[in-house]
Amino acid sequence: MDASVVSEDDVIVRLAGIAPGSAVQAALQARADVVAMTGQAAAASLLPEEPGGLSHGERAALAVRVARLHEEAGLAAHYEVLMKRAGAAGATAALADPGFKGGGDARLAALIGYADRVALAPKDTVAGDITALQAAGIGDTDIVRLAELVAFLAYQLRVVAGLRLMQATA
Amino acid sequence: MSGTLHAFTTEIPHWQPRVKPIDLTKANPAQLDALKVTPSNTKVSDYVLVLANDVETLKARTPLFNAIMYNRGGLGRAERELGAVGASVVNRCIYCAAVHASRYNQLTKGEAEMSRIFADGEAAELAPRQAAIFRFATRLSKTPSQATEEDMRALREAGLSDEEILDLILSAALFGWANRLMHTLGDPVAREGEA
Repeated sequence: MDASVVSEDDVIVRLAGIAPGSAVQAALQARADVVAMTGQAAAASLLPEEPGGLSHGERAALAVRVARLHEEAGLAAHYEVLMKRAGAAGATAALADPGFKGGGDARLAALIGYADRVALAPKDTVAGDITALQAAGIGDTDIVRLAELVAFLAYQLRVVAGLRLMQATA
Repeated sequence: MSGTLHAFTTEIPHWQPRVKPIDLTKANPAQLDALKVTPSNTKVSDYVLVLANDVETLKARTPLFNAIMYNRGGLGRAERELGAVGASVVNRCIYCAAVHASRYNQLTKGEAEMSRIFADGEAAELAPRQAAIFRFATRLSKTPSQATEEDMRALREAGLSDEEILDLILSAALFGWANRLMHTLGDPVAREGEA
């Protein structure tokens, strides 16, 4: 994909329904660098070269979960493709279901607890949200990886929501 | 922890990490590259050293952050800071709000808007253009977003162009990201000798 041209190949452009030739498309084209860097940040969060203790499958499944918690079906479907590509199955795939709370696995329960809290109610986060991850055996490096994933999704969801309103009122 | 700040302030607090920052003396080449550390630039904040635990996202995020907040054209810098503050108020990131309210005050050479925002939160009464920007930023920052077509039309009626509105969406959304890192990975604490 040519990073200098904003097109529907980009997930935020596609999900926001930006019409080719529209004023919104022109504004996005003027910020093509930001659109391209947003795609690079998505890749770094979802498909890093060094995933550490948070596999590509778990990342994609958590992204589906967060998108579903925001009732953002298009983005959920986008991340379901990544989940399948990563071969996510069993408890990893179950992370995508907002009703799944870890199935008795302390590590998964801690990942879910952090992701749900920080995605939905970041103002209510406390030191205990980090110590809960540490108590479940998740190292500080992986805590930062998880935090970056959930935080990036918050940005991406809001860019899509904002662009959609722009297009609807254009 | 004791000393953690819970009220908004324009005095920039100290940020106390909850997870280990990387040790700069043991940083690998990829980390040094992402941190832009050079022999003449060795001052790196604890916040950035914490983020360097995940060097791939840090490397992607830094240029994106700078582009959204400082790119030429489009929305003025102060109004991008207002978008950042709107998100930080909703997400109660005391540290982010302090930094970006201070920048707003420096850029506008005034304190009236931030005083009202810190006193009254989302209900703060502002001049029409600032009110439309602040309202949109706070509503976009809810979970899920509560921004409406009416909020968007208010931006257009306040005179914002499509380019300016796009920059506002980006700056407010960017702080949905930044707030979630800053507010969960550490605590804002009063600097020693103050408060």
